[in-house]
Amino acid sequence: MDLAKLTLVEIRNAIRKGKATSVDAVEAIRDAVEKRDERVKGYVALDFETALDQARKADPKLPLGGVPIAIKDLINVQDQPCSCGSKMLAGTYRSPYDATVIRKLREAGAIPLGRTNMDEFAMGSSTENSGIQLTRNPWNLDRSPGGSSGGAAAVIAADTAFASLGSDTGGSIRQPASFCGTVGLKPTYGRVSRYGVVAFASSLDQIGPITKTVEDSALLLSVIAGLDPKDSTTLNAPVPDYAKGLKGNVKGLRVGLPKEYFIDGTSAGVRSSVDAAIRKLEELGAELVEVSLPHTEPAVAVYYILATAEASANLARFDGVRYGHRAETIHDLGEHYRKSRSEGFGAEVKRRIILGTYVLSSGYHDQYYTRAQQVRTLIRRDFEDVFAKVDVIASPASPTTAFQIGELTNDPLHMYLADVFTIAANLGGICGISVPCGFSEGMPVGLQLLGPSLGEQVVLQVAHAYEQATEWHKQRPAW
Amino acid sequence: MPEPDAEFNVGYVAQLCRLELTAEETAQFQAQLSSVIDYMKKIDQLDLSGIEATAHAVPTFDVYREDVPSPSLPVEEVLRNAPQMNQNQFSVTKVVE
Repeated sequence: MDLAKLTLVEIRNAIRKGKATSVDAVEAIRDAVEKRDERVKGYVALDFETALDQARKADPKLPLGGVPIAIKDLINVQDQPCSCGSKMLAGTYRSPYDATVIRKLREAGAIPLGRTNMDEFAMGSSTENSGIQLTRNPWNLDRSPGGSSGGAAAVIAADTAFASLGSDTGGSIRQPASFCGTVGLKPTYGRVSRYGVVAFASSLDQIGPITKTVEDSALLLSVIAGLDPKDSTTLNAPVPDYAKGLKGNVKGLRVGLPKEYFIDGTSAGVRSSVDAAIRKLEELGAELVEVSLPHTEPAVAVYYILATAEASANLARFDGVRYGHRAETIHDLGEHYRKSRSEGFGAEVKRRIILGTYVLSSGYHDQYYTRAQQVRTLIRRDFEDVFAKVDVIASPASPTTAFQIGELTNDPLHMYLADVFTIAANLGGICGISVPCGFSEGMPVGLQLLGPSLGEQVVLQVAHAYEQATEWHKQRPAW
Repeated sequence: MPEPDAEFNVGYVAQLCRLELTAEETAQFQAQLSSVIDYMKKIDQLDLSGIEATAHAVPTFDVYREDVPSPSLPVEEVLRNAPQMNQNQFSVTKVVE
């Protein structure tokens, strides 16, 4: 039996009951990586020796006792590389400390194993902007796994990890999860600490799990969520046992269908899978309610103004002094900065730093940045109004299934517009999940369920009820 | 197609954020980002009078923690990632003549 194909809950239970050991689990991942990662290239670094050392000391009684978890390459794990998919950091940087989510994983008995590939500094929707390698979609190797957490989603679909942690700034967990037929959860802003996570857009970034099932997602969220004195934006709200709360059914729950999310431009295959999923929710007893989120269309513009503005400030820290690439043969400080940054950053990162600098620059600040923040208020109010009427919102996670590799790389605007269904949730600070809901021409389709601020329990509950009533999550790519 | 944004000069902005672009990058980014900026102008049409700005999704203010000293990273750990160091300090390119 291939242990690597087990879900997080299954391997945890196997270890707990003595049917497998933590060492078996790590070795199963090693074998699976040897067999399958050569083609997918979801990992940029793996340290099996350290993981095996930790596995030998694992405590099976803990909530995630002895289970290895894959980590997106922007979350600091002490003594491991953290390259953010960038030449700026690859090959030189090693983390001096653990991010809070890693500390929490370790306290729950889990073993951080492997660094998953990503768009450079999480800027992208296809993982093609990685400065390190190209990751392929396990369902079709000519297609992108989505992004920016493309590696974290691909390793789940390829069964080369039991579960992984990704990050979502504008859809970077939900979209790759949908492209790879996996479950991806973006928690409410402030639900999970960002301490030790390399910042892209600080008011939008959130860490979350990518898993094989909704139950796995719930289990992992309960471990990583909570107030952190090291991140002043974390919310002081109790963390429930989300997995225990999955039992309820969806009878009587109200599912909102925003008319702005069911528009032309969504592929027919995605539309029919999502429509069928919504009918299934109705069959399970949910009440469907048509709703409106009037500021959906400007959300893409608002997102690319605010996210790039924040990124331009956050990435100013890469100056070739304290860490990262430093250019050789330089004469003065200006040249030091320009050469180090220009050699270290890839094209998309440069584009976004320039865009962010422009919208913050004197003369344009009010026209772009301030106005975008005002529209953000309207987007937030849209969600507040809708969640006064419904429990969750249902929509496609992405207008299409996974793109062909290379399809959109020369057309940044078109690539940005592909995020239309995911980015408003980040601007509103609410939570959302993508669950597998079918296939279109052999590629997975994701159903997105959005919930209000701190509404993870209801989102997980609806996602779980849907998952249990369907078979999509059991499908695996043919190898 | 809308007119490209005449006010956006990629070379000038690159200088502001300490990036050096090749001639090829300059031409490519100028075209690509001009169309993104045109798209961003969508928000010009909205009436935003009286709408406050949202900086953070969850408004949290004045978050304090106990002022208790805790151990810091050792100097050698902090300097381990420095591209250049000297006498337990980060080495910086000369600033004054």
